[in-house]
Amino acid sequence: MSTDAAINTGVSDDAHEHHDHKPSGFFARWVLTTNHKDIGSLYLLFSFAMFLTGGAMAMVIRAELFQPGLQLVEPNFFNQMTTVHGLIMVFGAVMPAFVGLANWMIPVMIGAPDMALPRMNNWSFWILPFAFSLMLMTLFMEGGGPNFGWTFYAPLSTKYSPDSTAVFVFAVHLMGISSIMGAINVIVTIVNLRAPGMTMMKLPLFVWTWLITAFLLIAVMPVLAGAVTMVLTDKYFGTSFFDAAGGGDPVMFQHIFWFFGHPEVYIMILPSFGIISAIIPTFSRKPLFGYASMVYATASIAGLSFLVWAHHMFTTGMPVAAELFFMYCTMLISVPTGVKVFNWVATMWRGSLTFEVPMLFAIAFIVLFTIGGFSGLMLAITPVDFQYHDTYFVVAHFHYVLVSGAIFSIMAASYYWLPKWTGYMYDDYLAKWHFWCSLISVNILFFPMHFLGLAGMPRRIPDYALQFANVNAVVSIGGFAFGLSQLIFLVVVIKCMRGKGERASAKPWEGAEGLEWEMPSPAPYHTHTTPPEIK
Amino acid sequence: MSQLNLCLLRWQWGCLLVCSMLYATQVSAKSMPFNLTEGVTDISQQVYDLHMTIFIICCVIGLVVFAAMFWAIIHHRKDKGAQAAQFHENTKVEIIWTAIPFVILIGMAIPATKTLIAMEDPSNADLTIQVTGSQWKWHYKYFGHDVEFYSLLASRQDQIHNQKKKRENYLLEVDYPLVLPVGKKVRFLVTSEDVIHSWWVPAFAVKKDANPGFINEAWTRINEPGIYRGQCAELCGKDHGFMPIVVIAKPQEEFDLWLAAQQQKAIEAKAEEQTMLAMSMDMDEMMQLGEQVYNKHCAACHQPNGEGLAGVFPALKGSQMVTQDVAAHIDIVVNGKSGTAMQAFAKQLTLKELAAVIGYERNAWGNNTGDVIQPAQVKAAMQQKDQ
Amino acid sequence: MASSRRLITGLCATVVAMFGFGFALVPLYQVFCDITGFNGNTSNIVQAQTQGSDGVDYSRLVTVEFVTYISKGMQWQLTPQVEQMQVHPGQMIDMEFIATNLSREDQVGQAVPSVSPGQGANYFNKTECFCFNQQPLKAGDSASLPLRFFVATDLPQGIQTLTLSYTLYELPAPEQKAKGV
Repeated sequence: MSTDAAINTGVSDDAHEHHDHKPSGFFARWVLTTNHKDIGSLYLLFSFAMFLTGGAMAMVIRAELFQPGLQLVEPNFFNQMTTVHGLIMVFGAVMPAFVGLANWMIPVMIGAPDMALPRMNNWSFWILPFAFSLMLMTLFMEGGGPNFGWTFYAPLSTKYSPDSTAVFVFAVHLMGISSIMGAINVIVTIVNLRAPGMTMMKLPLFVWTWLITAFLLIAVMPVLAGAVTMVLTDKYFGTSFFDAAGGGDPVMFQHIFWFFGHPEVYIMILPSFGIISAIIPTFSRKPLFGYASMVYATASIAGLSFLVWAHHMFTTGMPVAAELFFMYCTMLISVPTGVKVFNWVATMWRGSLTFEVPMLFAIAFIVLFTIGGFSGLMLAITPVDFQYHDTYFVVAHFHYVLVSGAIFSIMAASYYWLPKWTGYMYDDYLAKWHFWCSLISVNILFFPMHFLGLAGMPRRIPDYALQFANVNAVVSIGGFAFGLSQLIFLVVVIKCMRGKGERASAKPWEGAEGLEWEMPSPAPYHTHTTPPEIK
Repeated sequence: MSQLNLCLLRWQWGCLLVCSMLYATQVSAKSMPFNLTEGVTDISQQVYDLHMTIFIICCVIGLVVFAAMFWAIIHHRKDKGAQAAQFHENTKVEIIWTAIPFVILIGMAIPATKTLIAMEDPSNADLTIQVTGSQWKWHYKYFGHDVEFYSLLASRQDQIHNQKKKRENYLLEVDYPLVLPVGKKVRFLVTSEDVIHSWWVPAFAVKKDANPGFINEAWTRINEPGIYRGQCAELCGKDHGFMPIVVIAKPQEEFDLWLAAQQQKAIEAKAEEQTMLAMSMDMDEMMQLGEQVYNKHCAACHQPNGEGLAGVFPALKGSQMVTQDVAAHIDIVVNGKSGTAMQAFAKQLTLKELAAVIGYERNAWGNNTGDVIQPAQVKAAMQQKDQ
Repeated sequence: MASSRRLITGLCATVVAMFGFGFALVPLYQVFCDITGFNGNTSNIVQAQTQGSDGVDYSRLVTVEFVTYISKGMQWQLTPQVEQMQVHPGQMIDMEFIATNLSREDQVGQAVPSVSPGQGANYFNKTECFCFNQQPLKAGDSASLPLRFFVATDLPQGIQTLTLSYTLYELPAPEQKAKGV
């Protein structure tokens, strides 16, 4: 490898030489690693494994819903599938994928040699496999795993939940601890380890969006920890936070949960904005339009996210004044979000566009995320939300935002940086197949869900009225197709990792800018050991 | 080559989509509306109009933005020789596209606010219905009229498990629908006995959560007689998908007649209870009625084979309580068990039904205790408590 | 490195503070509910006994309705003396509920009040209510439970009906219940 060659030439000082060796042996290399690139890779691989696991559960859900009647699973197991699918996708797939991207790219992008707290970094990753093993284990316990929805509303999750709830609570605590440690690491790295001359307003947008995301994580993950702790004590230790009999209130659970939950939604989309803001300029060969307004828009979305939580609870019976307040605040979020979309379009405008796979995913992201944004705006309107709430319209909305939004952006990022990570170009032919299959099937999967919701199909039901049969069959076919399409991605990634394919140059994308493209591909094990010069 | 392949791929997908649509249309003939219902109340009409307004605004904005984007995609591509411009900001444009959405939002917020305030107008209700959700049924009580009843799913287990053909209103049919008068302002007082449920009838644009320990209010004024169907909209456990709502709206005179008949029925039922006490069922009658009652009220949890669900719902087959202690068995069926999903059936079933179902459980699935339970026994067990 | 340490300490403190904030939301929510009447939380004015007798608004009549719910599996009855009454805002009203324990065991009940519509909840003032206390009843016993209330004179004009609901819960055993809030 090029790094080893560099050592052999003996130009570097002793310390440098010592550090440049990769630890030998699987255990020392991966389990004890403190290297941000190794940990980043671990995060990414883990999240992909979780994506396939959660996806398999989605396949069970769609298979059961293929036809009316109960065919494959009984309703209690169906509820476990929807719950664990949600938890795994949110906490196991999307969030770790972003943390993985942050680990890999942030030090490289800001000219830092590693993350600021490398040992904590190791710990925050290795907690996750344990957390998710526990979570998945509950499915095999007597009484089954969590079956109360990923939102675990009390009292369904307290008085009426299965015995495995304690394990669920513990697993969520672990995930929270992991996320919080990851977030602290990101903030300290960005604040303290920037190369000289890398001022805040020179930071790539991916770094900026992650900085804001990290603050959101620190603010809300502890609140989630509080919520699950209250569920735990209510269920096992006789407190009555959410039990009217003891002076508590079940609606209060929803306030606490969504105080975490809404910022959480932005935690899962802000890094996407950063990724798209890196990819669109590259393949437009044109600088990003409105860098400063992008930063301000991200910050204002994050700020507003603390003022809109109750729009998830319009039907709980709030006073009109509160309903109006939360409706207005929610509508307001569409302004900065709109600014972002306009900026991306303006970046493409009069550029010199090419359509490599990362760009294809990025364009699909813009279109489909905007559709999800529109349905979000519709959901914000309180009187109409009474009709949409808890129907498939909501399911369609958040899957547009999270699958064709967050997950498409992660795919785009993977294709964009795979050459840098592995040193090999991805198989373009397979990648294009992956893109077109995903794009078409994701729309067959989620677009008709809007109609199901408008026609009155509630979410989280294992069986439905006959009138919904046609559309559900189409949706299920879309679901299976989308699931299968992701296997193509698996092949592409494995090919790159095993070194099959074209060698990647240091900068495989003509229009790319940033420090990561100024180092060889694959990126050496240690980079920026001496701070780079910032132009 | 790859272009051709992509074309082929898209074509194949198109075919698959069309085929699946064709296949699906054969499954059921009843068509699904593709848009929100306009409903049968003034409010639901306003909600529909609001929905369409915002939908159209979103479509127009989307069209403009995507048109610009696809224009760039088509015309500003490198293989057409496009040279990249280097502009990267324009304060004027940025202010404009922040301000315009803001103005549009205000335009949306005004009608939305009006509709919301009209929805939550608490004045002058003519009739109050107490709606109480429990796992997994609705209970309706006509406030001040001494009429109350449970409303359960009428689709049978064998339809759900695909052993019998599903009826037209599969999963949207109940045994006792809620009956309401047309043209009167009806107030719903919604609450729950256990977990959170949500009472939703799309045709009225009413969706209100039923929170245990707290009451919520919703109002409606139905304009047209008819049958309106809805479902529970908040995940409430295993059979969340199986607790529909059916409302029959009748003109006032018909409604009054119906209500009077119900009051009469309630009185008759009390009288009938007396005759039941004197009645004695034989084994066959008890088993036959018991099985019916069991399948409707008990099988969802304890399963048709009496084996329950391990760790969630206890098995009745071979259970100690069911095979031995008669008094405890009657007690739990009549009064339920607090803190669990087992509810009190005293008010939901007649004495005869209670006796039959208890007797059925004691003799089905190889329990073979040979016990025949009589209504009088159940009544005696209840009275023991009342004394 | 020193600045790093300070930053990390600050971030950790934020985490701890936010964890605490999650719990602080519980009392904050109660305060919020009391102020806004959100979720039907009613006003409990135990001291202001005389407030009702002054300034009764005889020009206005408000309908007050009483509904009761018994929690699942509890064999009690709770019946209001009347289901419905007309009151003048400001007028002090005394009424009673009859509670009966139909079970074979001595039990303790706790009534949880809720007023609808939520906007009106703040104007419904209870000066004496059995829901302030736990209610022990021996098997088969009955008791009459007092309620004394008045509707505030500044009740918004749009509200003509107030509904007071009581949900009766069984407490596990006297003095053992750990009250969460």
